[in-house]
Amino acid sequence: MKSNPTLTDAPIAELRSASKRFGAVLAADDLNLSIERGEFLSFLGPSGCGKTTALRMLAGFEPPSSGQVLLDGQVVNDLPAYRRPVNMVFQHYALFPHLTVAENIGYGLRQQRPRPSTADIAKAVDKALETVRLQGFGPRRIWEMSGGQQQRVALARAIINQPKLLLLDEPMAALDKKLRRDMQIELQSLQRSLGITFVLVTHDQEEALSMSDRICIMRGGKIVQIGSPRDLYDRPKNRYVADFVGKSNFFAGTVDAGGGSLTATGHRLAGRPTQSLIAGQAAWASLRPEQISLTRQPGEGISLPVQVETRIFLGEHTEYLVKNADLGAFQVLVSRQAESTEGGFEPGDKAFAGWQDGAALILADD
Amino acid sequence: MLVLPLVVVFVFSFGERGPAGGYVPAFTFDNFLNLGTRWAAFKNTLVLAPVGTLACLLIAYPLAYFLAIRAGDRWKTLLLILVIVPFWTSILIRSYAWIFLLGGQGLPALLDSLGLGNPRLINTPFAVLVGIVYGYLPLMVFPIYVSLERLDKRLLEASSDLGCPPARTFLNVTLPLSMAGVATGCMLVFILLMGEFLIPAMLGGGKVFFVGNALVDLFLQSRNWAFGSAVAVALVLVMLVTVTAYMRATRRWAGGRDDVSLM
Repeated sequence: MKSNPTLTDAPIAELRSASKRFGAVLAADDLNLSIERGEFLSFLGPSGCGKTTALRMLAGFEPPSSGQVLLDGQVVNDLPAYRRPVNMVFQHYALFPHLTVAENIGYGLRQQRPRPSTADIAKAVDKALETVRLQGFGPRRIWEMSGGQQQRVALARAIINQPKLLLLDEPMAALDKKLRRDMQIELQSLQRSLGITFVLVTHDQEEALSMSDRICIMRGGKIVQIGSPRDLYDRPKNRYVADFVGKSNFFAGTVDAGGGSLTATGHRLAGRPTQSLIAGQAAWASLRPEQISLTRQPGEGISLPVQVETRIFLGEHTEYLVKNADLGAFQVLVSRQAESTEGGFEPGDKAFAGWQDGAALILADD
Repeated sequence: MLVLPLVVVFVFSFGERGPAGGYVPAFTFDNFLNLGTRWAAFKNTLVLAPVGTLACLLIAYPLAYFLAIRAGDRWKTLLLILVIVPFWTSILIRSYAWIFLLGGQGLPALLDSLGLGNPRLINTPFAVLVGIVYGYLPLMVFPIYVSLERLDKRLLEASSDLGCPPARTFLNVTLPLSMAGVATGCMLVFILLMGEFLIPAMLGGGKVFFVGNALVDLFLQSRNWAFGSAVAVALVLVMLVTVTAYMRATRRWAGGRDDVSLM
């Protein structure tokens, strides 16, 4: 089949200046976002940041107060959820307790008009059960299924309709850590094999980083930054993003002339600004714990005398909390390999914390 | 302690009326053979109890639905109070109000002045039905309200998300998941209605009488305890049969689900 290139290149969904107001609260504030065909996009942020509202606007549960929601190039502001080719995996799954597993999964197909034949529905349900590896569970009741199995049922119930967008609202929140990890891998491979665009809402940065093609970081109803996990990790726009994506040490200071460094309690910390900064402005020098090394002798580049405060063994890495007289306490992550050459440190040991001069990121609050 | 009065009634039902009323021990089936003379009371009860239950259900469901799903918090509190408040006064006093409302000076007079005819309402089965609905409505509203209130509203969103418009969502999700409340309410109202005597006595004016009225009459007026006991035993048997049939039916319908319980 020949496809129209202008159609397939167009984003599958878009938010254009979409805002949502609940009384005095602006839950979503002027959101602008294009969701590409077949991508895995995550909304990441703390609770109340507007990520769920954004998802619910795409699903059709909340019409935007202003702005537009587009699906496949069409404005769908007033299209109710039951008319949108979009399906959702709900937080806590929202499975129908009075229906069997198979009836839950076939629910969407039974709503189609003209209604598919019973045999066709049964066939599609079997295939969906197979996709989520629940063959033979069709006649079971919902309450007979474990949390992880219920999640698969919710997933099957959504994908059987071959939606243009699959929305996932904190789908892993109720699962234990091990199961969550398995499910993340499974979701990712499912997304690739089905070719459906996935939009995930989560407050778990690890989940967003490991699964997404792009992450949309939100705060207070606004989008702070959109980018690939690597982009966000290497070039966070501000301190909020750097804090949310991975761990970071932040040293408060004022920006020097030129913007390429800042002075923090007498120390000049050189680095790379991720947005334009004005000399004298209050800012932060950000350093990832793994960028810092710990040695017994002062080394090249920046090298600060520190005292080891605590030590946490993490297997492949050891995490130290060290304290410098001027800059205060910060974290250092030492790999097993580095530790074997330098030897381990004990709380109370004197050491030198060092990093390559210019390795810091110079970040503003906003 | 619970079954002792029932045993007494059962034993009495085979006895005879004494010369001055009361009970004389005997063993005769005469009382049961005479049950036919109270057929009208049984007929009224067996018609008006199910019809009254149904009428309560038809009014209570939309009310409970509005309370649990549509109403805002302020409306909800106000309406719940309005449903509860009548319970604070005796049904006797409230029935007097209905005697006035349905009597010649009440609703019929109002209809007459509007040129809509002057129907006789008081002392008819209709008046008894109105009294029943009025008196028993809260008993039907509350179980249904509770089951609708407990209904996870996200299920309605899930249904919509899967392409089901609101009216069908009601039939597919809301109604089946509130059937536990409906079953409880119907059972409660029906059982209590089978023993009702106050409403038919006051609003039926001796023309529309229930088995309950026959019992009051037999025990307190004609003092025929033996025959009264036989009528009571017959009523208990009728209830046993209908309630068992009802429970069978709801259980089969529920298909062994654990979200449906009768009480």
